[in-house]
Amino acid sequence: MVERVRTRIAALVLAAVTALALAGCGDVEDGDASAGAERGGRTLTVFAAASLTETFTSLGEAFEAAHPGVTVRFGFGGSSTLAQQIVQGAPADVFAAASTATMKTVADRGAASGQPRIFARNRLVIAVAKDAAGKVTSLRDLAGRDLKVVLCAEQAPCGDAAGKALRAGGVRVEPVSREKDVKAVLTKVRMGEADAGLVYRTDVRAASGQVTGVEFPESAEAGNDYPIAVLAEAPQPELAREFVRLVLSGQGRTVLAQAGFEAP
Amino acid sequence: MSRPDTPMTTGREERAAGRGGLEARLLVRRGDFALDLELTAAPGEVVALLGPNGAGKSTALRALAGLVPLADGYIRVDGRDLHRLPPERRGIGMVFQDYLLFPHLSALENVAFGLRCQGVRKRETRRIAAEWLERVGLAEYASARPRALSGGQAQRVALARALAVRPRLLLLDEPLSALDAHTRLEIRSGLRRRLAGFDGAAVLVTHDPLDAMVLADRLVVLEGGRPVQRGRPADVARQPRTEYVARLVGLNLYRGQADGRTVRVEGEGGARMELDTVDHVLGEVFLAFEPTAVALYRSRPEGSPRNVWRARVAAVERHGDRVRVRLQGPPLSAAADVTPAAVAELELTPGARVWAALKATETRVYPA
Amino acid sequence: MRAPAGGASPERGFGRRPPWMLVLPALVGLGFLVLPPAGLLLRAPWSTLGTRLADPRVLEALRLSLLTATAATGVCLVLGVPLAWVLARVPFPGARLVRALVTVPLVLPPVVGGVALLLVLGRRGLVGQWLDAAFGVTLPFTTAGVVLAQTFVAMPFLVISVEGALRAADLRYEEAAATLGATRWTVFRRVTLPLVAPGVLAGAVLCWARALGEFGATITFAGSFPGRTETMPLAVYLALETDPEAAVVLSLVLLAVSVLVLTALRDRWLDVA
Repeated sequence: MVERVRTRIAALVLAAVTALALAGCGDVEDGDASAGAERGGRTLTVFAAASLTETFTSLGEAFEAAHPGVTVRFGFGGSSTLAQQIVQGAPADVFAAASTATMKTVADRGAASGQPRIFARNRLVIAVAKDAAGKVTSLRDLAGRDLKVVLCAEQAPCGDAAGKALRAGGVRVEPVSREKDVKAVLTKVRMGEADAGLVYRTDVRAASGQVTGVEFPESAEAGNDYPIAVLAEAPQPELAREFVRLVLSGQGRTVLAQAGFEAP
Repeated sequence: MSRPDTPMTTGREERAAGRGGLEARLLVRRGDFALDLELTAAPGEVVALLGPNGAGKSTALRALAGLVPLADGYIRVDGRDLHRLPPERRGIGMVFQDYLLFPHLSALENVAFGLRCQGVRKRETRRIAAEWLERVGLAEYASARPRALSGGQAQRVALARALAVRPRLLLLDEPLSALDAHTRLEIRSGLRRRLAGFDGAAVLVTHDPLDAMVLADRLVVLEGGRPVQRGRPADVARQPRTEYVARLVGLNLYRGQADGRTVRVEGEGGARMELDTVDHVLGEVFLAFEPTAVALYRSRPEGSPRNVWRARVAAVERHGDRVRVRLQGPPLSAAADVTPAAVAELELTPGARVWAALKATETRVYPA
Repeated sequence: MRAPAGGASPERGFGRRPPWMLVLPALVGLGFLVLPPAGLLLRAPWSTLGTRLADPRVLEALRLSLLTATAATGVCLVLGVPLAWVLARVPFPGARLVRALVTVPLVLPPVVGGVALLLVLGRRGLVGQWLDAAFGVTLPFTTAGVVLAQTFVAMPFLVISVEGALRAADLRYEEAAATLGATRWTVFRRVTLPLVAPGVLAGAVLCWARALGEFGATITFAGSFPGRTETMPLAVYLALETDPEAAVVLSLVLLAVSVLVLTALRDRWLDVA
């Protein structure tokens, strides 16, 4: 009996490990290295904050069109996760972060080449769930007792920004949850679990109508700067510099502005 | 010391209706197999179901216990209809083949299990269970786990567990088959004593004729789901009616046509042979004789009686100080017991041809 | 941690060496399982460990984790053992399908499990909106929500383990109990359950371990708030954002506590059985 139970435990542990492994995938889009090498072309690898997914993908297409034979590969994810991967030696050419603090951790380790440049600014807005539309018109309304508010965790850049904005407005909020990132905040509001949350303007725009965005003046105190830098160990430094140039160009600004970003 | 009345009902009015003890007709169908058995056992009587593997003995027992559904028929114990009740409400005691003592309970708790299920208070059940353990001579094993018990001890605990609920019908499924030959003898006589002290009806299933002879008051031989012979153990052993029983009790058995003191026996391969007997019978008969009644010769014996035939030696097996020689017909196949000295002298090896002789006085003839 | 020192030598005395075809992958497998936790130990900031452990948030998260994992295991036992019994003992049409459904949480990414829970038990969920309207109960963002999320991902371990034990158990003991007058419920309580106890315990242990490490479904369904829904794995994740060393410390605490509890349980129960 005991033997049989032991065997069973072993089988279940195996199943558990498999399940966990499955669960763990999918955070970072990590294409395989050979993908871009076809036709003997060059591959540019860009690590960018998750909030840049839409804009950078379209800029990447433009870049490929302008540089025949070049493939742009993206790794989108949480800024700090990406920063850690870069510090640990992930082979990337360009890094675009959602906060200067995160970029600093990379620059401090000497992993960035040259001075990082700010290319966009994201502003906090209040995302309001459909059911709660109209209940929230200002930052002060978030302090309401019967309102379920979610914020980013203090450790995440959006949580830091939210803290600054609330302090600037002198508002005390008792959130029901401090989510791991801004997308999680948006999800809770979108699904109606929370009535409101503080997210970036680009997130509300990407959610296209499923949540209402309420702008508030205190967000001026809590903008998020997006820095971009060519990495010191870039396999394609020349292409990397050209990509950064594209992001900073008028074309880049237009694409970013359409998504809700502000110029720095 | 007074025993508490168990809540198990044996209603007086109902009892008056029947004869008491077990009356049952069991019809069970399972795929191609069908059991059709009428069975009775008076209070205090032990009836053994004897038969080869797959004859339906265990199925019959399980049907009585309610573990197998009846396709048709009835089960009455002391006039009370049981066949519509689930097993737990039949008030039957059952001793299983490997005893099936609950491994996580002590011997005492095993015996107390049934009483607890009847709602008897815990202290009371322990007292009664201890009494039962003492009765089967295992008082000092009360706290022992089944794993620590020998086969014979486990059998006694299982019996005590079944009897503790004071059943009116006791079922025993191969109660001795899990024991080695050594302890079997002693346990068998112990079981016989305890069964003698039980005042309800008892049905015992076995494939061992000796168990059946020693333990049972009456035998029912089951073959292919049907009873083929019933009777007192001694009668069945002396006058078997099927090949199976004959082989079990070690007799040579033939079917034949009697005409006074001659029996025309159906032998091997359609061969017929006339055997002289001493009984005077007419018509369809069985003819049986012991293997020791057969004498073997290298050449046809002098002044020969009529019961002589020539056969081939099929096998030679040693049984203790006797040697059993299996003779293959035609005309007649038979088992013969001889001494080892005779085997050497007659050069009895498989394939050898010998003369067999049978004294008319050693044959038994009875109506088929 | 009890890591074997050097190459595990085969049992002497048998005279036969185990085949390298088995030993080699076994060693690689062992290394694969043991090295990452060993890496945690090596990289642990031992000098500041004391002060970091004294952080009330660490203790709060640990307390919450132990509490919720234990509660989830309890819920799994209460619901999972009967479910396993039905699957093992009651033949019904579609049993195979149901058995497959039971294992769905095993292969479902936990985050998806969390979303699914929101869709059903969330404030706007199928059942959740009714709960909210009738009783004013909302589960997301509550400790109960954490227990629920953990139960969802952990219960299959218990059900599979117990069902296997039930199938392996000798049915004749239950028949014996029935002939002694035991009702079905008594048979289950006094015979079946004790017989499959090792399987139940093994399942409960797996269940607890899985609940303790649960992250995806918890953060998706219950969110994260210190003292209420922020369990150890969530704290580890959030710490990773800003302070990787703190994350290592938290992971070590989780590792130490779970290894301690599991070995204690195993020594006490599984070896005795």
